[in-house]
Amino acid sequence: MNVRAQGIDFIRQAEVVRRLKARLPAAAVLYQEEDTRPYECDGLSAYRELPMIVVLPANEDEVGFVLQICHALRVPVVARGAGTGLSGGALPSGDGVLLSVAKMKRILALDPVARIARVQPGVRNLAISDAAEPYGLHYAPDPSSQLACTIGGNVAENSGGVHCLKYGLTVHNVLRVRGLTIEGEPVEFGSEALDAPGYDLLALVTGSEGMLAVITEVTVRLIPKPEAACVILASFDDVERAGDAVAAVIAAGIIPAGLEMMDRPATRAVEQYVHAGYDLEAAALLLCESDGAPEEVKEEIARMIAVLERTGATAIRVSRNKQERERFWAGRKAAFPAVGRISPDYYCMDGTIPRRKLGEVLHFIAAMERKYDLRCPNVFHAGDGNLHPLILFDANDRDQLQRTERFAAEVLEKCIAVGGTITGEHGVGVEKINQMCVQFAPAELERLRGVKRAFDPDGLLNPGKNIPTLHRCAEYGGMHVRGGKLPHAELPRF
Amino acid sequence: MADPLARFAETIRAAGPVGKRLRIRGGGTKDFYGQELVGEVLDTGPYAGIAEYDSTELVITVRCGTPLMEVESALRAKGQLLPFEPPHFGRGATIGGVVAAGLSGPRRAAAGAVRDYVLGVRMMDGRGEDLTFGGQVMKNVAGYDLPRLMAGSLGTLGIILEVSLKVLPVPVAEATLKFELPADKAVETINRWAGKPLPVSAIAYADGDLGVRLSGAAAAVAVARGKLGGELVEGAQATRFWAGIREQTDPFFAGDEPLWRLSVPSATPPLALEGRELIEWGGALRWLKTNAEPRAIRELVARSGGHATLFRGGDKSVGVFQPLAPAIAAIHQRLKAEFDPHGIFNRGRMYAEL
Repeated sequence: MNVRAQGIDFIRQAEVVRRLKARLPAAAVLYQEEDTRPYECDGLSAYRELPMIVVLPANEDEVGFVLQICHALRVPVVARGAGTGLSGGALPSGDGVLLSVAKMKRILALDPVARIARVQPGVRNLAISDAAEPYGLHYAPDPSSQLACTIGGNVAENSGGVHCLKYGLTVHNVLRVRGLTIEGEPVEFGSEALDAPGYDLLALVTGSEGMLAVITEVTVRLIPKPEAACVILASFDDVERAGDAVAAVIAAGIIPAGLEMMDRPATRAVEQYVHAGYDLEAAALLLCESDGAPEEVKEEIARMIAVLERTGATAIRVSRNKQERERFWAGRKAAFPAVGRISPDYYCMDGTIPRRKLGEVLHFIAAMERKYDLRCPNVFHAGDGNLHPLILFDANDRDQLQRTERFAAEVLEKCIAVGGTITGEHGVGVEKINQMCVQFAPAELERLRGVKRAFDPDGLLNPGKNIPTLHRCAEYGGMHVRGGKLPHAELPRF
Repeated sequence: MADPLARFAETIRAAGPVGKRLRIRGGGTKDFYGQELVGEVLDTGPYAGIAEYDSTELVITVRCGTPLMEVESALRAKGQLLPFEPPHFGRGATIGGVVAAGLSGPRRAAAGAVRDYVLGVRMMDGRGEDLTFGGQVMKNVAGYDLPRLMAGSLGTLGIILEVSLKVLPVPVAEATLKFELPADKAVETINRWAGKPLPVSAIAYADGDLGVRLSGAAAAVAVARGKLGGELVEGAQATRFWAGIREQTDPFFAGDEPLWRLSVPSATPPLALEGRELIEWGGALRWLKTNAEPRAIRELVARSGGHATLFRGGDKSVGVFQPLAPAIAAIHQRLKAEFDPHGIFNRGRMYAEL
């Protein structure tokens, strides 16, 4: 566990609380440990820090008051949606304010003709689709946590989900984001039209991990719900062959609505949990979904089956109705809690690689299992090359935790080495900040810090996340050698 | 043959300290777009070629000076296309310019814009530094989304040296239908159809005529044709029609009146502006050939939640692009200063201060 020293500066806390209570209802300002403890971590529970203060603004005006006060007193601010994030993006600062948007959960407007919804940042992802359902519309990005995660968090992380292969990420499905700068000034990125004048700040802010502005409103695109959907569950006796099958589906000009893979350890874990009737002997299972008009789906499923058979599927099952389709998917969607049952702790990773490297990276992960003596089931958004290796360990065993972190670091660096990225959808947060030193060259990191300064020159929004400092990179020693040149060539090295 | 990148860096490093303005230019096909052209031309032509193309990965990585025609040809040979259907606006259009200008064609509302398909950018900033952001994979949230920021930045933040773009398969089937529709019904009908699961890839409405392009699986297109009715336009004629819309060679665009580009929420009712109008992008893009007062146009469009651009012709001194809110303008200036500290790239092409 990485529990930072809990040294709350009580004098400072009292001053900031006093200033906040002058503008917010008392109930919206929490500072007693029993009240703030629930906010000490997000989904990355290995990292915890008690915030100095937690605020729960009810509307944009109250968010503005909080930011103005924090800016004036130079108090760091970390925004939090549902706290389901897996990279520690909502890990509080011990000397700062944790700003929860939990109370800002209203759907402000839903226009079925224009096909947009304007919502507060605390609205749950699934709640938007539920509200749009009566009009035959839905909000497409569907992260596995969609029952609980908030749209504000989705924008901050540029979240994906099973269906993003066909329907895009958050950035492809959001029209406008309204927020406040650290000074409390309103800013609007994008518009209800399909573009806005000037630079594409909407794209820049999407995936910016709470570092550039605090989101107070999001306008999302709603798209027609497909009339029909059907999923194929295909077994393979070799993971590499399954990876090749994925490439073959794409090469055939098919863009599935979803294309997911689970290896045998993952399948066995989920079968125990969900009892979906998965093939426990298969080395890998592929879930390949088609959606659209019924005729379209029929045609596409036939094409998919042809490709899967050609590429060596040992068994193929096709869902016959909605219940069966949901049952096929249930295991994949419950993969994380399922492995949670077979191990005291697990570390969920998130790298993306070119699809053709899937086999190579899987073999590398197997080698790491042996090297570090830890089990690692794998689930993937195979269609996008986005991997979620799940390293199983016991956090009470300090040695296991260290081996887990080294295992993870090697996997991330392998992702970079094969031409991929350290994070496909969970974000950098605190978790992968060291590997940012490997993925980016010093000059690139300096530009990224410059982008941050353009919005938040004092670095008060979500400090210590996403973009590493020069100091951290030097410490980490993950020196990025590109073109034969070491960074900081002027520094003497011993 | 000197290394083009080394020459770019040399030019930039010499220009920076003396504040010499540079005009980044590919084929010059978008020269008409934006404010005044200022500075010594920095020709991206020498840095050309398809660096990498793996059709099974749905990614193509191209150097900036590569002709768009060459890119499209390579993609077509593999049964793939650029989903945002970019206009060329001339023979020498380059991929660097396509991304820098950020202009998307008829398919945009259905498939997405230029920026939606940018996966990675290799760029050169105002210090002559060679920087890479993003990569060749769609799911990539490491660091801020600078690749997408570069799309549409009109060369004001640096030279796009190389870009990785996601591509998609060419639709299996396509059919264009024609309908007659009165102006007061057009927007509503277009939006209503967009709310249904129909494979509409483009629409164009002008002078009482609506063209609808259906693209997708053969079965889906056939069923949609049955549902919508209308008159089927013959294949080659349809291709010519959509090319005319995309390249603005269609008769609608002829004439001396200034051409305004109005970007509005798709269901915006017909705007009370004089002139001739052509509607695209499911109602969200309205081309207006008009002599109307720029201020009146901007005000009306702003009230509808959109923005107006003086696209072609007219008096550019009124300002081509919609003015930015002060807080947003301030962010723009700081981003400009970060990437182009000496302010040498495409100075004033977008706004005076950038």
